[in-house]
Amino acid sequence: MSGIGIIASIIDGVLVGSVYGLAAMGLTLIWGVMDVINLTHGSIIVAGMFALYLLTSALGISPYVTLVPVLVGGFLIGLALYWVAVHRMIGQAPLMSLLSTFSVNLVLIGLGTALWGTVFYNVPVSLPGLTWQRYTFPGTHILAAALSAVIAACLYVFLYRTQLGKAIRAVAGNRQAAELVGIPTTRVLALAFGLGVALAGVSGMLIATLFPFTLLSGDAYQLKSFVVIVLGGLGNPAGALLGGIALGLLEGLVTPFIPVSWTLVIEFALFVVALIAFPGGVFALRRS
Amino acid sequence: MLRRLSFWIITLFIAVFAIAPAIGGNVELRESLVLATVYVTLATNLNIMLGYAGYINFGSIVFFGLGGYFCVYLMGAPGWPLPVALFAAGTAVSALALVFGLGILRLRGAYFALATIGVNEGVQAFVQNFDPFGGSSGLYLPVTMFKPLGGPMEALWVVYFLLVAIMGASLYLSYAVKLSKFGLGLLSIGQNEDAARILGVPTRRYKALAYSVSAFLPALAGGLYFFKSAFIQPSDAFDLTFSTEAIVIIMLGGQGTIIGPALGAYLYEELRGWLLTSDTFSHFQLVIAGTLLLLIVLFVPGGFMGWLYGRWPRLRKVFE
Amino acid sequence: MKLIALLAAVTAIAVTPAAFAADDTIIIGMTQSQTGSLNVDSVAQYRGIEMWRDEVNAAGGIAAGGKHYKVKFVSYDDQSQGGRVQQLYTRLIVQDKAEFLFAPYSSGLTATAAVISEQYGKVMIITGGAEEKTYTLGNKYLFQVITPAGHYLSGALEALHSKNPKARVAFVYSDDPFSKAVISAARDQAKEAGFDVVIDESYAPSTTDFGPIVNKIISARADALFGGGHYPDSATLARQIYDQKANLKWESLLVAPGDAKFATLGPAALGVSTGSQWELPVKFTPQFGPTGKEFAEKFKATYHIDADYHSASGYAGGMILQHAIEQAGSVDPEKVAAALNKTDVTIFFGHVKCATEPGDHGMQVAHQMVVAQWVEENGRLSRQVVWPRDAASAPLLYPIPSH
Repeated sequence: MSGIGIIASIIDGVLVGSVYGLAAMGLTLIWGVMDVINLTHGSIIVAGMFALYLLTSALGISPYVTLVPVLVGGFLIGLALYWVAVHRMIGQAPLMSLLSTFSVNLVLIGLGTALWGTVFYNVPVSLPGLTWQRYTFPGTHILAAALSAVIAACLYVFLYRTQLGKAIRAVAGNRQAAELVGIPTTRVLALAFGLGVALAGVSGMLIATLFPFTLLSGDAYQLKSFVVIVLGGLGNPAGALLGGIALGLLEGLVTPFIPVSWTLVIEFALFVVALIAFPGGVFALRRS
Repeated sequence: MLRRLSFWIITLFIAVFAIAPAIGGNVELRESLVLATVYVTLATNLNIMLGYAGYINFGSIVFFGLGGYFCVYLMGAPGWPLPVALFAAGTAVSALALVFGLGILRLRGAYFALATIGVNEGVQAFVQNFDPFGGSSGLYLPVTMFKPLGGPMEALWVVYFLLVAIMGASLYLSYAVKLSKFGLGLLSIGQNEDAARILGVPTRRYKALAYSVSAFLPALAGGLYFFKSAFIQPSDAFDLTFSTEAIVIIMLGGQGTIIGPALGAYLYEELRGWLLTSDTFSHFQLVIAGTLLLLIVLFVPGGFMGWLYGRWPRLRKVFE
Repeated sequence: MKLIALLAAVTAIAVTPAAFAADDTIIIGMTQSQTGSLNVDSVAQYRGIEMWRDEVNAAGGIAAGGKHYKVKFVSYDDQSQGGRVQQLYTRLIVQDKAEFLFAPYSSGLTATAAVISEQYGKVMIITGGAEEKTYTLGNKYLFQVITPAGHYLSGALEALHSKNPKARVAFVYSDDPFSKAVISAARDQAKEAGFDVVIDESYAPSTTDFGPIVNKIISARADALFGGGHYPDSATLARQIYDQKANLKWESLLVAPGDAKFATLGPAALGVSTGSQWELPVKFTPQFGPTGKEFAEKFKATYHIDADYHSASGYAGGMILQHAIEQAGSVDPEKVAAALNKTDVTIFFGHVKCATEPGDHGMQVAHQMVVAQWVEENGRLSRQVVWPRDAASAPLLYPIPSH
């Protein structure tokens, strides 16, 4: 493959990787703040995809405008999920929250299949892209990557410059101490969970502007999110974005040289190696 | 051990599995019990890592799948007989588990859980590319494979009894471990690993041993299961749903107990089997399974045995 | 008085000729994927079989050996996974006393089920498993109604050859048993036809982003693409090829283009073709049973959606089983199997005949795929048959318009 082709693949990998990063941000936030692995993550991403489809086809709303309702809706669903499945698990062994979120996930998938089946849906979104030599970077990819970066920046500002954000970080650091200082930890946890779920939903919405999807598409993105947060470091949203870009970069870099079927093997090998060798994440700002 | 009531309860449990279908050659009962024995085996062995040492192995199915692949492969091209292929499969998988384990066992809690998922998915992706194992098309065993055992019908019975034997071995093993110093060490790791290490428990060695030991019998079970199916493909062999169900079973029955996983496996299998074949519920069987699990996790985290112990504390000594 | 009336009624019933009353029931067992990734096609297939059953029963049942047999189904959810298939089929045979079986949907599940049907000597009709390996292991009771995987893309390759015999061909396909079997045969056919194969790679079925792969296709300057796998991946591949302006002249993808929803891809769907087991425009003259048009109309009236080739395959499977039972004059599995071995008929679905040699017993040898392509008709996308020419309902669209 020509040098230009390789560069094109790398750039496209970075673009899509930004969206992987956004998808993982919610997961890593929740994990970092309350030590909970949200196994409904994949289903929420799918819900975001369906939201885009329903809002654009039934209500005729322009695709990118749906970002706001998806964000708000995701947040509310996240709050509900927190109270149903997570609240009682705070402070208990990680296994318990794994199982509680897993069981909710089963319910969501079961309901979805019974109601809608596993047909594929497509939201045709088309934006003028950039063409270079024979390679095109679809406008949708560019916009999705840009939006992911903007949302990541907003998240950073929220966490580091606002009172609520600081409260969340305090609870993440030491819940007991935060409680003692007078922070309403339960409310903060619920909000953080809602935020994490909202981010997952928005990432689903953006992904649906790029690719067709089915009810079961969430699994692959959930697995990718795991890989990303391991690369980026637990609880580190900026790391998640970088981790996502790294993953996209890897996929773009591997494909020109190796038969495509080995991509997953390499991803998971990297995943396990990163877990063992870089427990704080490859991009950790502070090594733990 | 022979003096403990739990030992005899386990023996009774195994005997029921062995005898019930044999009465009148009840093939249908045998088929539904095959899955039950597999579940009990997987859950009981997983309990050694999860229930005792507190390490969540989300990808425990990888032992089952790899055992299946080694066994089917060795019986196919090199043409080894079943017992030899089985034993070789079990040994190979335990050895691999030791190697993998030494790598990932320095991780704790959720990190370890994720790593086990990574190992399972990575192995599956690898096998899909690995031609001697048939790649994604899988391996087939021709019907002639059953001749040494006397033909397909007889072979299925032999396989069943072997599976019951392996289930029995798992239960006895789990019990023996619990009563031993090794088991005590694992339980202390489950309580507080750092304290255990400081107090002199050889945590690294014990964890690796537990991981490797908990791989052997599931590998044998996998070898038998896929021999019986005469066909193995990556998506069946490394299905994460199976190991997640094993975790659910341990939770249902009561983690850390002996009887818990066995009882949980039986109850779970019956429930799922009934849900799948019931007209009203089959569409919603995932929803029901999920809701049930959620209720258990939220309100009865000790599982069935936990609830039992809560009401009648003296049973803790009797039913372990 | 009442007693006499009762006696009269009973006598009347006993004496009335059983012209429209079935003497017996045949139980047919199967699993379907009500949940899981194979859900869509499995349900489509089941609807076809179900419609056949309802028609047969409404007409009084299957006539064999002087008796009439009503058809009863017993079916379970296999969850699109092989794990429970064997247990469920054993249950169907041993507990539910199924006398005949339909295979699950998909090659992988069919292979697992075939082990059980052979162990118990029950005839199994396969309407949704195209992979060929299962038939080479020495079976006696498997009968495939659909064209096997090896021929899925032969028509598409021929169609391309008729327009551009020197095309540069790319094979990019999903790493699953069905797609691999299809491409393995297509590869040999492409080489024989003299095409220049420039890429030949499989991707993991769970791949979500085909961007880098499409770039690889662009770099190789391919003219034509054959591949894909099942729904999400074939659809995503088609869309990304369009979004990245690969401007391929010919695209044949598996499965997804055969579904009406493929049109939701909009302009990305234009020109994409697929091998299809059956399309409405194709006109076969059936020796018995409904014509294609009649089948499609009845299906639409019953289920309010258009019939696709999965439903047609299911219905055809039922028809073939019924025909064999009628020819055998009995429901004995051996006799029905013998009748199936002799079956050589043309129905709305096409010409159906199974191989009878031990080396490939049961494989379908007569049925041909057609090439269906998405073309523009009065400004709207529609799926038409473009190959073989004598079965075509629209001219072949080559090259796919570039943008």
